[in-house]
Amino acid sequence: MSNLFNIDIVNPEQSFLSKDNVFEVVIPAVEGEIGILKDHIPIISFLKPGIIRVFSESEEQSFYIEDGIVEFKDNTLSVLTSSIFDLKDADKKFVSESISSAEAELSKDDIDDQKRFLLNHKVEVLKSISIN
Amino acid sequence: MPSLDDLRKRITSVKSTQKITKAMKMVAAAKLRKAQENAEKGRPYSEKMNNVILNLSKSITDKENAPKLLVGTGEEKVHLCIVLTADRGLCGGFNTNIIKKAKSYFEKIISENKTLKIITVGSKGYDQLKRQYKSYIVENISFKESKNINYFDADKVGKIIIEKFENNEFDVCAIFYNKFKNVITQIPQEQQIVPLNEDKDDKDDSGNDNDYEFEPDEDEILSNLLPKNISTQIFKAMLENSASEQGSRMTAMDNATRNAGELVDRLTIEYNRSRQAAITKELIEIISGAESL
Repeated sequence: MSNLFNIDIVNPEQSFLSKDNVFEVVIPAVEGEIGILKDHIPIISFLKPGIIRVFSESEEQSFYIEDGIVEFKDNTLSVLTSSIFDLKDADKKFVSESISSAEAELSKDDIDDQKRFLLNHKVEVLKSISIN
Repeated sequence: MPSLDDLRKRITSVKSTQKITKAMKMVAAAKLRKAQENAEKGRPYSEKMNNVILNLSKSITDKENAPKLLVGTGEEKVHLCIVLTADRGLCGGFNTNIIKKAKSYFEKIISENKTLKIITVGSKGYDQLKRQYKSYIVENISFKESKNINYFDADKVGKIIIEKFENNEFDVCAIFYNKFKNVITQIPQEQQIVPLNEDKDDKDDSGNDNDYEFEPDEDEILSNLLPKNISTQIFKAMLENSASEQGSRMTAMDNATRNAGELVDRLTIEYNRSRQAAITKELIEIISGAESL
């Protein structure tokens, strides 16, 4: 019996990625990373900025994701996001701009703890990208 | 009776108008294909979003404390209308149809003594509404500068709506746009986005309730998701609108080109006739002059 399932990543403009031969996906859910295998129970969660890793039979792909919703149901993982890019074609300039804009946001006084946590996390992840 | 010279001038001017309308038609046709593609590409996102929200709202048992964006404020006093139109004219009845639809809704609101607030997106809508409803228009947004429709723009509109909702500036929000059916038919649509109307015909195929695991809990996901849904709905409306605009313009320009052709034919006949009449007149004059000798 195969242990593969489907993944659909869509952003508002288009369908970003659609595969039917993945065996594991690791998503940066808001309360920690979740690894999803076949026959996971139905789950809905939303994401924090981070790396989403898709393992298929032949390759491993990684994407940076800014926010989004995931739904897993009937062995189909749907990821809805407004901002995503493949780590392979990460744009250095875009990454550094995102870091500085997030840091600028952090230095404001009127943000609450939750937002500060998310922004800090975002900066961390982005920095780890730019090092690679 | 216009002189031969006048006729000739008119024929040339109609012909050059025809050239312009023909070019516009071809541009619209090219843009239409792209816009249509974009609209189709954008569909999965809004469909999935709808599905997730549907599943979520099913599992919410405590309706009292559900997010207000979903169930409404419990009142229906202030209506916010988002009118999405094009930034350019010369596209047939496209803008007028949306405005007409919106106006009939406005009249209903006003006659029921409710408060009306209008946000126009696209400059044509603002131009047409400002004469009659100037005092109701609270915001006028235009994306003339952005070449393509992008989610970022839609998100801006979405954020404005959320902000107004959080400040309790309205109870009900509806958007007006043209739904793209095919190249010749666009249907003006009125869609309520706050509170969210559950689509009756959009029933989930699985009758059995799915027991989802939520992380974090339903409420938090919903309150995170609903604002996004508003932006998504706006974005969908914008995509449909842009496809409709190009379709409508293409049809309008096609008609204009054909009409110009007919006009040229008619003018040419008139021109030939009056030229023939002038020749005949001259001949008669010569003949009768020769006879009198």
